[in-house]
Amino acid sequence: MSRSELADHVIDVAAIMAEVSAAGNGAVATFVGTVRNTSDGRPVTGISYSAYTGMAVREMDAIIREAVAISSGVEVVAVHRVGELLVGEVCVAIAAGHAHRGPAFDACRYVIEEIKKRVPIWKRERFTDGSTEWVNACPPAPHAATGQS
Amino acid sequence: MNIQVRLFAAYADAVGSGQTTVSVPDPVTVGALRTAVSALSPALPLRPIIAVNEKYATDDVTISEGDEVAVIPPVAGG
Repeated sequence: MSRSELADHVIDVAAIMAEVSAAGNGAVATFVGTVRNTSDGRPVTGISYSAYTGMAVREMDAIIREAVAISSGVEVVAVHRVGELLVGEVCVAIAAGHAHRGPAFDACRYVIEEIKKRVPIWKRERFTDGSTEWVNACPPAPHAATGQS
Repeated sequence: MNIQVRLFAAYADAVGSGQTTVSVPDPVTVGALRTAVSALSPALPLRPIIAVNEKYATDDVTISEGDEVAVIPPVAGG
């Protein structure tokens, strides 16, 4: 059965794969996103993920429904973490099962791309110097506001 | 009408709270609310994205009493 989840605990990738591994599904495509140890060349110790929970769940469910509508017969499970994660931890996992590999790959790709575009989840990177920064936030730089460089 | 808006991530940090109230003349459209919300902090864009009742809302959507209104910073899942 297809489903999505916002999880505050470690993601069990094998369990998610098992959920979409019905006997008729000869193909299971997975995508696993993990916390990288650098961001734009700066060393990162971890990432804090937060979400607008109700809307995030609603958007993830909508994305799953769309993937199933696009790739008929596919089963998809997507789980995204919230909370404090360390480098190497799994932040998102998607498993798509289908009789054949084409629709399985397509559904898996569709779900991760749409999650990144639409689901209200935010991440704040923690750097080795102790500072933190919201990813994508792009506040105006002070020199831009004053006209000085 | 006074509208309670929820704020998240960098926007919540910029405003100093996860929730605030903005005043917009009736009838309140999302388009007018975006302008009002933008004035909360120089860190917010001129036209921030708004969600009404947990759905992305276009400028023509009218906000009613009791609607859940949220300002959505650029998302960064994955």
